[in-house]
Amino acid sequence: MSVGSGGKAAGVTSDKAIEMWLGELLRCGVILAALVVFAGGVWYVAKAQDTAANYRTFRGEPVELRHVTQIVHEAISLEPGGLIQLGLLLLIATPVARVVFSVVGFAMERDWMYVVFTLIVLATLLYSLTSTALAARQ
Amino acid sequence: MHTLEFSLVVALGSFAAGFLGSLTGLGGGVVIVPLLTLLFGVDMRYAIGASLVSVIATSSGAAAAYLREGYSNMRVGMFLEIATTVGAICGAVLAGRLSTSIIAIVFGVVLLYSAYSSTQTHEEMHKGLPPDRIATILRMDGSYPTASGPESYHVRQVPLGFGLMYVAGVLSGLLGIGSGAVKVLAMDQAMKIPFKVSTTTSNFMIGVTAAASAGIYLRNGYIDPGLAMPVMLGVLLGALTGARVLPGAKVRTLRVVFGVVIAALAVEMILQGVKGRL
Repeated sequence: MSVGSGGKAAGVTSDKAIEMWLGELLRCGVILAALVVFAGGVWYVAKAQDTAANYRTFRGEPVELRHVTQIVHEAISLEPGGLIQLGLLLLIATPVARVVFSVVGFAMERDWMYVVFTLIVLATLLYSLTSTALAARQ
Repeated sequence: MHTLEFSLVVALGSFAAGFLGSLTGLGGGVVIVPLLTLLFGVDMRYAIGASLVSVIATSSGAAAAYLREGYSNMRVGMFLEIATTVGAICGAVLAGRLSTSIIAIVFGVVLLYSAYSSTQTHEEMHKGLPPDRIATILRMDGSYPTASGPESYHVRQVPLGFGLMYVAGVLSGLLGIGSGAVKVLAMDQAMKIPFKVSTTTSNFMIGVTAAASAGIYLRNGYIDPGLAMPVMLGVLLGALTGARVLPGAKVRTLRVVFGVVIAALAVEMILQGVKGRL
């Protein structure tokens, strides 16, 4: 997209191109996440005990299934629960990736106001994904 | 119940929820929580954790199709996501501190509203409105494809829409749902954005909103792999199948039936919540 080639119309065309591209990105992310969850799921069911887990009382997940670094570690050691959680992390990452690419898209259009708005959304997302201050006391 | 049996039954129920949710436009998330808590006796916190994950899957999975049609308004969506993500964090933090009975009652009320809003016919209110000062500064006005060529519209009442979006975010984070009904209310009713643009932009925003509370759910231990796995895969497959069937489907009767089912689930959630059984 050449800058200043057609004022408003140029912005609209590149908006379209970015949107199409983002859509594909999201779809690939979801497919990848679903495949990892499915693989982990097959493994999980195969390795599971006879009776299904009891979800009636809330105990909360063990620490190794709550934090990104530990989940990755569990997944690498091929623990089925860890693999599923890794797939779910990939799934959570797809909308975050969408926001990252929107920053790039708005920057390419030189729409600095929306670059700032999108960065605010990104900062909020990253804060919620990393801050331990927000977790419930248990 | 065996693990395999449990996983298959939950996946099947989730498939039905995703299928009906996408056919009727109500989203699969709203029925996943009542399905898991009322039918399978799952604790509210595990249920909203699994539901939230499935909400991200359907939102991102459907985005490609919606974006190709060219209805969604990226600027409106991104600006309002500031409100929904902050709201989602507040909601997820609240979910960790409120009792499950209160969450169940709030859930029932939101469910009732969703059922009610699905029966409403939508009049397009955007025609002939003058430009709005704030929306002009924010460059939000857009156009969308209609049978008679592209039609432009002016976005109105940005502060009210922004406030409602914060509420939608809180509800999403508190209940593990996409709260599409409240998002559409904010855009369609308050901001006078054409209905088709509102629904597609809302779908686009749901994934980002849900991602903002997912990290907190994960750290609070709400996302259980054994439960989230069948729910996520089931809802995703159901929603994709629903989207395939949609163009040729007669959804009017289905919407009414699904609306009645949702209303019944809502009443049951409220009753169980009041009795303190959830």
